[in-house]
Amino acid sequence: MSADYGSRGISRRGILKGATALGAAAMIAPLGATRARAMPKKGGTLRVGMAHGSTTDSLDPGSWENDTMIFQAHTRNNYMTEIAPDGSLIPELAEGWEASADAKTWTFKIRDGVSFHSGHMLVAADVIASLNHHRGEDSTSAAKPIVADIVDMQADGMNVVITLANGNADFPFVLSDYHLPILPAQADGTIDPTTTDGCGPYKIDNLEFGVRADYSRHDGYWKKDRAHFDKIEQIVIYDNAARQNALISGEVDYIDSADLNTVHLLKRAPGINVLSITGTQHYGLPMDTRAAPFSDNNVRQALKYAIDRQQMVDTILNGYGSLGNDHPIGPGQRFFNSDLEQKSYDPDKAKFYLKEAGLDSLAVDIHLADAAFSGATDAGILFSESASAGGINLNVVREPNDGYWSNVWMQKPFAGTYWGGRPTEDWMFATAYAEGVPWNETYWSHTRFNELLVSARSELDEGLRREQYHEMQAIVSNEGGIIIPMFASYVGAYSDALGHDETVASNWRNDGQRLAERWWFA
Amino acid sequence: MAHVWGMILKRLALGVVTLFVVSILIFMATELLPGDFAQEILGQSATPETVKALREQLGLDQPLLTRYLSWLGDILRGDLGNSLANGNSVSELIGKRLGNTLYLALYAAAIAVPLSLTLGILAALYRNTFFDRFANAAALTSISFPEFFVAYILIFWLAGAGGIFPSMSNFRTDPTLSEFLYRAFLPALTLTLVVTAHMMRMTRAAIINLLASPYIEMARLKGMSPIRVIVKHALPNALAPIINVIALNLAYLITGVVVVEVVFVYPGLGQLMVDSVSARDMPVVQGVALVFAGAYVLLNLTADVLATLSNPRLVHGR
Repeated sequence: MSADYGSRGISRRGILKGATALGAAAMIAPLGATRARAMPKKGGTLRVGMAHGSTTDSLDPGSWENDTMIFQAHTRNNYMTEIAPDGSLIPELAEGWEASADAKTWTFKIRDGVSFHSGHMLVAADVIASLNHHRGEDSTSAAKPIVADIVDMQADGMNVVITLANGNADFPFVLSDYHLPILPAQADGTIDPTTTDGCGPYKIDNLEFGVRADYSRHDGYWKKDRAHFDKIEQIVIYDNAARQNALISGEVDYIDSADLNTVHLLKRAPGINVLSITGTQHYGLPMDTRAAPFSDNNVRQALKYAIDRQQMVDTILNGYGSLGNDHPIGPGQRFFNSDLEQKSYDPDKAKFYLKEAGLDSLAVDIHLADAAFSGATDAGILFSESASAGGINLNVVREPNDGYWSNVWMQKPFAGTYWGGRPTEDWMFATAYAEGVPWNETYWSHTRFNELLVSARSELDEGLRREQYHEMQAIVSNEGGIIIPMFASYVGAYSDALGHDETVASNWRNDGQRLAERWWFA
Repeated sequence: MAHVWGMILKRLALGVVTLFVVSILIFMATELLPGDFAQEILGQSATPETVKALREQLGLDQPLLTRYLSWLGDILRGDLGNSLANGNSVSELIGKRLGNTLYLALYAAAIAVPLSLTLGILAALYRNTFFDRFANAAALTSISFPEFFVAYILIFWLAGAGGIFPSMSNFRTDPTLSEFLYRAFLPALTLTLVVTAHMMRMTRAAIINLLASPYIEMARLKGMSPIRVIVKHALPNALAPIINVIALNLAYLITGVVVVEVVFVYPGLGQLMVDSVSARDMPVVQGVALVFAGAYVLLNLTADVLATLSNPRLVHGR
C-alpha cells in the first residue's frame, strides 16, 4: 500500500503515517494480516497472556503440546530450519542443505559460531543428540512418528548427514517441528531433557509451569536483526474474561487467544488490535471407515452434503474462519487444489447418496465434547438440524471433556477432532491419512491415495508433484472418512504499542510461535 | 486442662487415620477415572508405543496395590514423591502453592471474620430493624451468586480500564507485603463476600437464641445496656457454634477457591489440583488431597479445642 502513496510524491514520514492509519482500519485481514509499521527498535518488556498451559507441563521437548510450551520452545530454542512468515522454508541452525537424487540422503551444514545460553558452542553432535531423543524403542516423544524414517545420522565436521528409509523431498520442513529443538549434547551423546539451556533468542530466568515464565535476551544471539525485547513475561491466564481484561487494563501487551463470542467488544476497546490469522488449523468430524454404516462411501458423501458449512463458520467461529472441503490442505499452502469444487449444503444430494447406499433414511450417533474443538457440541447440534432435511437422523452424544482423547477419539465410530495442521501436504497426509499410521483417525485405506503419497514424497519435479497432490486432495475430499467443515482462524489481540512485520506467519498462533523474536515495541 | 491435652492427642491420632483413609479413597477414585497418566499427558499425540514406553518408565504398568504401597512407603519416610509429568518434587510444588493459598485465605479471613462477627452482633442487637434486614439480604445475595459472578462484578467496578485495583493478581516471585495486599485485594474481597453470610447469620442466630434465657433477662433487669448484654453475657455462651462455622469457612477458603484463583490468575493449590487430576498425575493429586484433608482435620480440631476452652464446664471436668 505504501507504493501508491510513494508514486504521488508524499514524504516518507507521510507514507508511514498513512500506512499506520490504513493498517488500523484493516485490523482484521484474512490470510496473514498485513500492516506497515516503523522500523523495529530494541527495548521493553513484553508481557504475554496465554490461554493454555498446565502445571503438568515439562521441559522434555517430546512432551510439548500446548501453546505456552510451544511459544516457550521458540523463545528459548532454535531449530534446524525455520518456516518464514510467507510459509517458505529458510535456514536457521542449518545454514544450508542438499539432498541425494532419491531424496533419501540429506546433508545439512551446521551454522558456525552459534552459542548456547550456557556458553557452549553448537556442534554437529548436538544436532544428532537432539534428534536421537525422539527416536528409539524407549522414546516417549510425541514426535516419534515423524522422525521414524531416519535410519542413520553421521557427523562430518560441521555437517550432519541424515539417511532416511524412504525418499522425502520435504524432510527439511520436518526439522522445523516444534518438538525438535537443538539442545546441547552431554558427554554420553544424549541430551538432558530437563535442561533449561538453549540457543534461542531468550534465556529462561524463572519458570513455574502453568503459572508464568520470565525470560531475558540472550546477549550472544546470532541473529542480529531479531529479538528486540529486553525481557519477556509469559503468564498463563485460563479464563477468557480475565485474559481480555488483562489486555484492556494494560496488565499484558498481547493475548494469544480471544474469545470468539466477545471479540467484537474487544475490538471496540481503544488501543487494542485484533489479530486474525487463517492458516492450517481445521476442525473435523472423523468417521471410522471400517464400521457400518460409514464403511459405505455413499453414506459418507451423504453426511458431507448434509452439513451446512457456511452456518458453521458463521455461528461456531463467528466468521473467524473459512470453509473446509473435507481435506486438510489450507488455501495458503503450496499445493492447494483451487479447482476442486467446494461442497455446499445440499439435502437433495444427501438423499441421493443415501439412495445410492440403498437407504431411505439414516440414524447415526456422533460423539462430541468441547475438548475436540471449541464449540464442538454446538456444531453437532447444528449438523443434526441441517441433516434432518436430508433424511438423516443424527443423534449428538455429549461426552465428557476429561479423557476425550483416550476414550472417545478414534474409539467411537463418529466423533470430533482438531488439527493444527502441518506445513507441508505430505506431512499432513502422512500423519493422519496414510494407511496404518497411528493417527489415521478414520482407519481409512485407499490404494491409489497411498501410492500417490509415496511417489509425491520423493518427486523433485514441482509440476508433477502439484498434480499428484491435487489428485490426493480430490480423493480425500470425495472418498475420505472425515468431514472438515471449517478452517478456524487463530484469533488473538495486542496493544497497539506493539509492532510487527507486514506479513504475520500463518503456520501457528503467535506469528508462527516466534513472536518473541519477531515483534517489537513501536 | 489435662484432659484437653488428652483430647488433642487423641484427635490428632484419629486425624492420621483419616488422612490414611482419604489417601486410599483418592487413589481409588483417580484410578476409576477413564484413561491413565500416559494417555492423558500424550493426549491427541498418543501412539500405542509411546504410551507403553511411558508406562514402563514410570511404573504405571505395575498393579494398583503395588503402586499404592510404594507411594505409602515413601510417605512414611516423609517423601511425597515427584510429579509424573515433569519430575518436580511434589513437596516443592505444593509448598509454594500452599503458601499462596494460605496467604489468600488469611487475607480473606482477616477481613471476613471481624466483619461478620460485627455484623452478626449488630444484627442481633438491632434485630428485625431495617439494618438487620438489609445486612441479611446483602449477605444472602452475595452468597447466592456464583463466585465467578461476584468476581466479575468486582472486576467491572473496581478494576479494568481506569480501575483502582489490578484485575489479576499475577505477582512476580516474592512480592512485598504491600504489593501483595494491593494485588490480592479483589480475590480476598470476593472470598469475603462469599463466606461472610454464613458466619454472620450463625453469629446472629446463636446470640438471639440466648437472648430468651433467664440470665440475660436478669442482666437486662439490672439495667445493663443492650450492647453490653450481648457482648459480655450472650456472646461468650454463643461462641461454640460460631467457632465451628468459622473453622468450616476457613477450611473452605483453603480448599475450595479454584474458581476465584482462575478468574484472578492467582497461583494457588486449587489449579494445581485440577491440572493434576486431569493429567492423572497421582503423586501430586495425593499430595494436594492430603494437604486439603489435613486442613480440615486441623481446623476442626482447633474449633473443638476452642469451643471446649470457651466453656468452663468442659475445661474443669467433673
